[in-house]
Amino acid sequence: MKSNTRNLYLIPYVLWILLFVVAPILLILYYSFFDIEGQFTLGNYKKFFTPVYLRMTLSSFWYAFLITAFSLIIAYPTAYLLTKTKHKQLWLLLIILPTWINLLLKAYAFLGIFGTFGFANSFLELIGIGRKQLLFTDFSFVFVSVYIFIPFMVLPIYNALEKLNPSLVDAARDLGASWWTTFRRVVFPLTLDGVKSGCQAVFIPALSLFMITRLIAGNRVITLGTAIEQHFLVTQDWGMGSTIAVFLIIAMAIIMVATGNRK
Amino acid sequence: MDKNTIIRFEHVTKQYDDDPPVLDDVSFEIERGKFYTLLGPSGCGKTTILRLIAGFTEPTEGNIYFNGKVINNVPPNQRQVNTVFQDYALFPHLNVFENVAFGLRIKKMKESEIEVKVKEALRFVNLEGYENREINEMSGGQRQRVAIARAIVNEPEVLLLDEPLSALDLKLRTEMQYELRELQRRLGITFIFVTHDQEEALAMSDEIFVLNKGKIQQSGTPTDIYDEPINRFVAEFIGESNIVPGKMIKDFLVEFAGKQFECVDQGFHPNEPVEIVIRPEDLEITKRDHGKLQVRVDSLLFRGVHYEICCYDQDGNEWLVHSTKKVGVGDEIGLHFDPEAIHVMRLGETEEEFEKRLGAYHEVNHEK
Ligand SMILES: Nc1ncnc2c1ncn2[C@@H]1O[C@H](COP(=O)(O)OP(=O)(O)OP(=O)(O)O)[C@@H](O)[C@H]1O
Ligand SMILES: [Mg+2]
Repeated sequence: MKSNTRNLYLIPYVLWILLFVVAPILLILYYSFFDIEGQFTLGNYKKFFTPVYLRMTLSSFWYAFLITAFSLIIAYPTAYLLTKTKHKQLWLLLIILPTWINLLLKAYAFLGIFGTFGFANSFLELIGIGRKQLLFTDFSFVFVSVYIFIPFMVLPIYNALEKLNPSLVDAARDLGASWWTTFRRVVFPLTLDGVKSGCQAVFIPALSLFMITRLIAGNRVITLGTAIEQHFLVTQDWGMGSTIAVFLIIAMAIIMVATGNRK
Repeated sequence: MDKNTIIRFEHVTKQYDDDPPVLDDVSFEIERGKFYTLLGPSGCGKTTILRLIAGFTEPTEGNIYFNGKVINNVPPNQRQVNTVFQDYALFPHLNVFENVAFGLRIKKMKESEIEVKVKEALRFVNLEGYENREINEMSGGQRQRVAIARAIVNEPEVLLLDEPLSALDLKLRTEMQYELRELQRRLGITFIFVTHDQEEALAMSDEIFVLNKGKIQQSGTPTDIYDEPINRFVAEFIGESNIVPGKMIKDFLVEFAGKQFECVDQGFHPNEPVEIVIRPEDLEITKRDHGKLQVRVDSLLFRGVHYEICCYDQDGNEWLVHSTKKVGVGDEIGLHFDPEAIHVMRLGETEEEFEKRLGAYHEVNHEK
């Protein structure tokens, strides 16, 4: 009796999962087997393994990797400093704040900053480097993406560092470890879970970025995300778009498992 | 300076922000190869002293010497000191072997040598065969021993132990007290042990520093401190005691509870107001008329080894007696004590003045 009522509570949840998680995935899988004329085919999968799409996949992974790496390099020290500041909550809020602003708004803001007559170029001119083409470059794409993703990297690392028992650091120092050794052998391994969560939270969405690629990188950077968008909205080749999505989902699942916490 | 001195604090003050100082002008010396205990209530600065010795924090004023050299600014990884932390601070991502090997690996010791040393250290703390255990698979007592092994394997000149036994149950605790004392004797290195448990301090130490509010109240051997507490705080903190106000009539004669008693203390001004300490176990229950003091039993508590009897004299002073004899509540009894059992404390006397007076007194006694 009791377990029956508990199962009743689960119904909305299960419905939700079925409707919005399982069904779309199945639909994508289904569409991936049809060509543009609505004929059943395996051609989409064959096409995915052609150099065009493989290169696109590679470039997606490469940019996602760059974005994750730079986010990590910036976020780790930031999170560390955060744990040492007096007004932790305030600083944390300031870091989280930008995530409340719509992605497009932020992208447009950067269009202004990086534009030919934007703030960044004025600054470059002031320090004597002169105006540069900033917008529509790899640099601006990675820069803006890193800016957008950093809070998602900082938070889990910050939490992991906060949980770290400070006397472990003392103990390592006591046993003769320099600052660097203490970091390498104690602090980093013990905050690795936070780093992994952060990397997941950045790498996976970065794989399928598409708005920024167009706005900031001016379609110079073509990722799987852009390709999916193009297929659905421009070429109307839903089958190919779905096929790419299937591979993206598989890639994400693999990353989740690989970086998951074994416990 | 004495060659045997390994650590010396010289007028060390430690202050955080504008708070009152945590340590206030503390000076002491630690000799090589002895077992020292820092004893005091919570928040008195015990851990702070250890952290200063280990190098996790720097003194605000004063100097700390190690083997005759000032080490105020030497970082902890360059000090010949290792610590057993209050919470053990074992590395949860490493197993027992790797925890113990941590310091040796940093010294870039050869793998074969590390193996030998770690095994030896684990044997020392009776943990042979636990090398591959994870830390979360060890009991509290075992963890503590891993922490000790991790510290001693580096062969430090001084081992600092911050309340390492406080998390253990009474039986294990007593066992570990013996083991630690034994370990110190075998290793022959200096131990500085922190506790707020006076029995632990009395049982283990060569020398005790009693601390209160960032100051050393008294230092000495366990018997010195137990028998000759310098002030009310020490007397109350070390064991139970009866403390009553009194007056030193002249040398060897003291007045309290409305009577005059023969005693062995001297060096006071005539009629100087003092405080009298008599330990509960030094009071002997007699028939009312045979006792030096007449009291009335107020309450009785069975403590296992003895009864704890609370009595009042006619002046209203409370007298605590430890006795194996049972008495009835409300009984009028007598209390007997030897002149040696009376310990007279001068009001507001510093440790230095106390030592001086005691020294003079010993000289007089030797001349006799
Ligand atoms: N980093 C710090 N900032 C400010 N005050 C501190 C700091 N560390 C310690 N204190 C203060 O110093 C005093 C002494 O602390 P300490 O840790 O030495 O006490 P303790 O004798 O070890 O006490 P316990 O027996 O509870 O461990 C305490 O009042 C504490 O609040
Ligand atoms: Mg402490």
